[in-house]
Amino acid sequence: MKKQSILANGILFENPTFVQLLGMCPTLAVTTTLQNGFGMGLSATAVLIMSNILVSALRKIIPDKVRIAAYVVIIATFVTIVQMVLQAFVPSLYASLGIFIPLIVVNCIILARAEAFASKNSVGKSALDGLGMGLGFTAALCVISTVREIIGQGTIWGISVVAAPLEPIAIIGMPPGGFIALGIIIATINAIVKKRGGNK
Amino acid sequence: MTEPTIIGLLISALFTENFVLVKFLGCCPFLGVSKKIDTAIGMGMAVTFVMAIASMFTYLANEFLLIPLNLEYLQTILFILIIAALVQFVEMVIKKTMPALYSSLGIYLPLITTNCAVLGVALLNVQNSYNLLFSILYGTFAALGFTLAIVLFAGIREQINEKDVPESFHGFPIALITAGLMAIAFMGFSGFSI
Repeated sequence: MKKQSILANGILFENPTFVQLLGMCPTLAVTTTLQNGFGMGLSATAVLIMSNILVSALRKIIPDKVRIAAYVVIIATFVTIVQMVLQAFVPSLYASLGIFIPLIVVNCIILARAEAFASKNSVGKSALDGLGMGLGFTAALCVISTVREIIGQGTIWGISVVAAPLEPIAIIGMPPGGFIALGIIIATINAIVKKRGGNK
Repeated sequence: MTEPTIIGLLISALFTENFVLVKFLGCCPFLGVSKKIDTAIGMGMAVTFVMAIASMFTYLANEFLLIPLNLEYLQTILFILIIAALVQFVEMVIKKTMPALYSSLGIYLPLITTNCAVLGVALLNVQNSYNLLFSILYGTFAALGFTLAIVLFAGIREQINEKDVPESFHGFPIALITAGLMAIAFMGFSGFSI
């Protein structure tokens, strides 16, 4: 596989959120504002790249039977590092993401990439795959959180964009809105993909 | 919640702070294993079982291992290891002693390791500084809340499968919107102050 196609796979064709439908919990929970979505995306990307590199480097040493446990420990280690870094340097983000930072450990995207890609490919390719998937996840979170922040609070990145006569629809920023917004976004993407496919 | 009562804990875990629909914990199995009521019940039972035991063991490990040694920052790693080991152990025990139960729950057990509700409840127990009894109860009640949500959701999805849904909404998107409407219904409980 070419290097560009590994990257493009993660960001577009096999987008972990919109196409593979993995990692739904953080996707739904933290996308209330663009800042949160972006922060979560980057944190997960960092963990994904580092864990992919280490899993790939150790792929010939880890015995097959305990590989899942080994992956989980590797991922948990990097999550703890990211958690400490966030706590030290961006305490506001640390506070608003809360419990979902340690829960990056059980984000299925990361374990899925360790199992499906990093355990079978070279270190360089695995790092690229981690970057691609991470950016795909970040992009998806940014799309969802932008939509939800504009509709739910009338702001983007905390800056007000909705003028006076329009009232923000608060429910989109609340838990039920997360499900509904994501459902409509995925349906829109399905419709666009179908239309493009039909025109060929 | 400063001094929770058992009833208060039960109601909040089941309805007002339902793990799936309000806290977004355990969404993956909620959306993934909810096409049929039978499998949803199986998954719910397996999760309840593991979450109750996991709450107990993570509490004990935190109280008697991490806090005395000042190693609280290892919480995430230790908890996920405990959960993974526990799931494996439960799987082996059930397989040996109750083959009938194993054949109905077996396939869900490995999935539970990466169910964020389990790690989530362990971390929330520590955050809320619950004692041993409340940790176990919270784990059980939260899992019952998960079961309630996933079984109701599976019931609705079975009906939707037979309806005429717009093409782009087929499958996952309509399931998400259904979940959203259920979450709105559950918001109706949030007025209760316990």
